[in-house]
Amino acid sequence: MKIKVLGTGCAKCKKLYAEVEKAIASSGQTVELEKVEQIDEIMKYGVMMTPALVIGEEVKSSGRIPASSEIVSWIASNAASMPQ
Amino acid sequence: MNTQEQLLPATAAPPRVIPSFGWPKLGRALLVIFAAAAWWLVYRNLESFAKWFTYQLLGMHLGSHLASAVEFLVFEAPKVLMLLTIVVFGVGIVRSFFTPERTRRILAGKRESAGNVFASLLGVVTPFCSCSAVPLFIGFVTTGVPLGVTFSFLISAPMVNEVALVLLFGLFGWKVAALYLGTGLAIAMIAGWVIGRLKLERWVEAWVYKTVTGSGQNGDDAPLTWNDRVQLGREAVKDIVGKVWPYVIAGIALGAGIHGYVPQDFMASIMGKSAWWSVPVAVVIGIPMYSNAAGIIPIVQALLGKGAALGTVLAFMMAVIGLSLPEMVILRKVLRIPLIVTFASVVGLGILMVGYLFNIVM
Repeated sequence: MKIKVLGTGCAKCKKLYAEVEKAIASSGQTVELEKVEQIDEIMKYGVMMTPALVIGEEVKSSGRIPASSEIVSWIASNAASMPQ
Repeated sequence: MNTQEQLLPATAAPPRVIPSFGWPKLGRALLVIFAAAAWWLVYRNLESFAKWFTYQLLGMHLGSHLASAVEFLVFEAPKVLMLLTIVVFGVGIVRSFFTPERTRRILAGKRESAGNVFASLLGVVTPFCSCSAVPLFIGFVTTGVPLGVTFSFLISAPMVNEVALVLLFGLFGWKVAALYLGTGLAIAMIAGWVIGRLKLERWVEAWVYKTVTGSGQNGDDAPLTWNDRVQLGREAVKDIVGKVWPYVIAGIALGAGIHGYVPQDFMASIMGKSAWWSVPVAVVIGIPMYSNAAGIIPIVQALLGKGAALGTVLAFMMAVIGLSLPEMVILRKVLRIPLIVTFASVVGLGILMVGYLFNIVM
């Protein structure tokens, strides 16, 4: 599973990254986490508010830091839907 | 691929899992009424509490500078924080109805003039933070929103700020707040329109127009329940008030100092109506400065109380929160310097005219 945190480097983006790391650890899934800071890469997702969270190429949230329970449940549902 | 499709939930966007309030409806309604009543009671009694605190509890002398400052602080700090909490909560809920994606869809393809008006109005209600200025700018201009219309949005979003409006209303009454709202929107509309007419697209960094903006496949487009909206309101309060309260206290302390120690009418000599140069100076000083609205308003109040002219003070406030050096630095990624200078100048000029207008009229 690939997760990307989109953000140009402000404090909120760093916070989201930390939250996602924690969620990944608690979910126990194998996840490839990437921080995307290049603006042209960010724009490809059609995101206008950073920070944004992308799981498996789908934008799950933008412009806010979701609750860790939300992030964990997204990771779980993404894991469940992946081909085994 | 087929396996994946079968295992995905039927809805396109998975439902949001938000830790919700979860109480029965009647319980929630009662809680809201109780909280509102409690808030109102405390709010009404703040002034007498401040007087009691300063003169009875601390035993200070009526009329002394320190007593004046302390009374100001004990009254204004809780008052401003309470107003802020309730307003940020309310606006958080209003904003849950708007997203930049929705704003973009409304604005794309509108011609100028109408677009400038809509963009300025939407700037007030669309959630915006200055770190998002760049993606938002690119997203707008690459999907059919004209440059001038985008600027109208970028001007009104930080300047016509719900925090500023409610604090102005709470401290100075509805007329001043309405004035600020009206002139702020006017500046956003007209400055944006002017920039559009100047046809400055050549000063946008070339790579911006080559950027491919993906379609907004936003998981957040799933419909929100009222529970979600209240939760967003609460998050907004935690976020904004949680971040801003030290600035509010610092601003009020500074205001208290001015209130207590600067002689009456001192400000009249440098910021009063007769000093014609006070407006341009206020604007020039204010542009590079940055403060959030909550922090600057107590200073505004103290200045006004000491005889500064309303137009000059409002101009100063608009210049401080509407334009800032950090914002210019961020925009440098997508705009070339001549455009940034034009942007700051047109807005600065608008603020200047508003300042003079009020000094003459009020």
